[in-house]
Amino acid sequence: MTALLETSGLQKSFGAVVAANDISVAARRGERLGLIGNNGAGKTTFVNLVTGYLKPDAGRVVLDGLDIAGLAPRRVRRHGVSRSFQIPQLFASLTPEENLLIALGIASDDGLSSWQPARSAAMTAGLEDLLARFRLREYRDHSIAALPGGVRKLVDVAMAVTHRPKLLLLDEPTSGVAAEEKFALMDVIMRALEGSDATVLFVEHDMEIVGRYAERVLAFYEGRIIADGTPDAVLGNADVQRYVTGMTP
Amino acid sequence: MNLAAAIFVDGLIDASWLFIVAVGLTLVFGVLNILNFAHGSLYAVGAYTAASAAGWYYGGQIGPPFFGYFVMLGAALLVAVAIGPLLERGVLRLFYRRDEVVLVLVTYALFLILEDATKLIWGVDPYYAYEPYGLLGNVSLFGLSYVGYDFALIALALVTGILLWLGLNRTITGKVILAVIHDRDMSGAMGVNVNRVFVLAFTFGVFLAALGGAFTAPKISVQPGISISVILLSFAVVVIGGLGSVEGAAIAALIVGLARSAAIHLMPWAELFIVYLVMALVLALRPEGLFQRTTLRKI
Amino acid sequence: MAGRLGILAAALAAFAALALLGRVLPNWFVLVATLAFAKGLVALGLVVLMRGGLVSFGQGIFFCAGAYAAGLAMRSLGVDDAVLLLILGGVAALILGLIIAPLLAGYRGIFFATLTLALSMIAYGILDKTYSLGGSDGINLHEPSFLGYHPPTPQAVSYALYALTSLVTVIAAALCRIHFDSLRGLLSLAARDNEIRVEYLGASVRRVSGVNFAIAALLGGVGGALSALSLGHIDPDFTFWTTSGEFVFLAILSGYASVTAVFVSSVIVELVRSFSSQYFPNTWQGALGIFLLLVILFLPQGLGSLVQRRRRSQGESEGELKPAPAPVPAETSQ
Repeated sequence: MTALLETSGLQKSFGAVVAANDISVAARRGERLGLIGNNGAGKTTFVNLVTGYLKPDAGRVVLDGLDIAGLAPRRVRRHGVSRSFQIPQLFASLTPEENLLIALGIASDDGLSSWQPARSAAMTAGLEDLLARFRLREYRDHSIAALPGGVRKLVDVAMAVTHRPKLLLLDEPTSGVAAEEKFALMDVIMRALEGSDATVLFVEHDMEIVGRYAERVLAFYEGRIIADGTPDAVLGNADVQRYVTGMTP
Repeated sequence: MNLAAAIFVDGLIDASWLFIVAVGLTLVFGVLNILNFAHGSLYAVGAYTAASAAGWYYGGQIGPPFFGYFVMLGAALLVAVAIGPLLERGVLRLFYRRDEVVLVLVTYALFLILEDATKLIWGVDPYYAYEPYGLLGNVSLFGLSYVGYDFALIALALVTGILLWLGLNRTITGKVILAVIHDRDMSGAMGVNVNRVFVLAFTFGVFLAALGGAFTAPKISVQPGISISVILLSFAVVVIGGLGSVEGAAIAALIVGLARSAAIHLMPWAELFIVYLVMALVLALRPEGLFQRTTLRKI
Repeated sequence: MAGRLGILAAALAAFAALALLGRVLPNWFVLVATLAFAKGLVALGLVVLMRGGLVSFGQGIFFCAGAYAAGLAMRSLGVDDAVLLLILGGVAALILGLIIAPLLAGYRGIFFATLTLALSMIAYGILDKTYSLGGSDGINLHEPSFLGYHPPTPQAVSYALYALTSLVTVIAAALCRIHFDSLRGLLSLAARDNEIRVEYLGASVRRVSGVNFAIAALLGGVGGALSALSLGHIDPDFTFWTTSGEFVFLAILSGYASVTAVFVSSVIVELVRSFSSQYFPNTWQGALGIFLLLVILFLPQGLGSLVQRRRRSQGESEGELKPAPAPVPAETSQ
């Protein structure tokens, strides 16, 4: 099966710090990958390199046969790559509904109209669908500032999936969310993605989440990938336990 | 040869004036992140206060003529102490949580208020305080005659600059201020009383503005409207030099002073806008100014 | 917010009302209103920019470009028709905007503000010393005609200009309102809030800014041409920084929610100005400053927010995520 995403020899340094060291990874269509590693290991750098926020010093990022390394985030998005953010990047003065409308509008093939009202018939169907899938109906016209953290995360992720991305990167989707709610949040997200064959990479610190939702795990350490396999295999790996999870048997 | 010398000397004199006048503005921005539109009005208040003080001192022949300089210095100090804390605590502090552009608008409102306050206190007729100007006689250089006072201004600029640099880099208070410039939240977390630093820095900025005004008063007729050209020139110098950088203000003052001097001697029609041209050029090539203290918001 | 038809209908009704009002009110009011609306157009353009997160301290440059285009066309090309002149003004300003936009591209915040200020002052310096364009004295304009109609009396001229300005105003206001209500309008607000997210969603903040800038330039130029005709005079002060400051003041005062507020504010300010500069020449600017401070402090959204409904902010969720139905978190995986 050909890979959807294939990075080879990705390299990125910030001065003396090597944040990405020869990262070569392949992900299949529809695969669910968890990225783990402690702070500074290079997970977010990897996400930034793939989504165009950073330009690699060397290496390629091939998506469906096309090298997207170094392209601006805007272009990368057009090729079907989407991401959510560790700290939700929302439009704070607008309502969740309006946030989603903008995402939908930008993603739509007709582009944005200057003439049609924002809530035109064309957008409504997509909007209602998103609101339902992400359980945001009751919050649709609240102010962003008043939203609980988990709901903000949902809006953030909902905006990222508006145009049926091929590749979705979730940066710490459950960080900042109360422990009892993490699973609920991930359930909503994963269920919302049901039916799409998007490849999902999610960065996580919570090993339970990783164990439950990922079919494959990549462990980062000091800019390199030190383990790649099923959750059980990776979490049981001695190096991973030493450098990442700290769970020595 | 004489022309080049004339341009250079005039440029140096102008640069000294520009530095004294602009350095307060850049300092206030560095510490408080406020581009103070009212800076020119504070300069004007300094000029008026000094003119009144000089009028009182020399008119009443209170003491020896040279002591008048200290009277003017005192006038600048008075302005700073009277207005600085009042403006910072009473007005600016109310808007700290807002966007930096909103703060510029607030200072614009302050400028409008101060302009009229000045007119109310001192009226619209010009004030003159020429006595201090003639005290230092004339100097002959390169076959041209210069007023000694202007050279004293160069000395004042140098002294101010050096003292500022030493103060910021070699004293503890200075280092605290530098820390706040770099990272206000971190400094606060380290136990720095950031609020006090703000008042101090702003008051000092007012002092520098008033100082510029006070020592310029003997050279000009002090009247409504002098603040406007000062604001624009200070802005240009500060933006060219890099917002928040004292060294930058010095270099920029030199560049602008020489440019203006060259324009006056060679292309008088360009005098008004050569400064903005230089500013636009610098911003186009090096958007954060010559010495970067603040990060540029670029997409 | 009424639909598009409702907005256009309201605009027509407003025009009818204004036209009637102009017949009834004294001539000095007509003159004040004309100038207020013309300046309001410039401020409206600035509001368009500000909704996208950019504050220009140099809108005077477009105001001036429109005014000078009109004035020079009248003096040197013999163009008399007010409609043609306002179109020329708008187009001239738009072209200028397209030329300087690349210089400004990518700058935001303080740097955008000071750069626009610098550019407008460069224009001032050039115009002030260019005697073929009138220098600091400027140029006087004579009375315009209106699509062939030559008003017989000065009163008639002011009324005709007032009617034309009102028409342009309601059309511009209606179009802006429709634009604000559209997705493109919403996108400006989004760009103001979070440029990075906009880029990540696939849109170009630079393009949003560019379009807003062009609209602001066009409106500035039209406002400038109309002002020139109203005042009968143009001079470099049109691009002086205090003029630009007035537009910023107007935009802040009205806020970016209500288009009507821009023109109401403008009329109020013009009225206050004409009275105050006559009776309180030394205090009205200070009063304006105090007023501005109060508006910024207590009405951060400007006067327009008094008219708009407050945004529904009654989300009292206390921090619990309650998706319905909530699955019980599994204790073990598979």
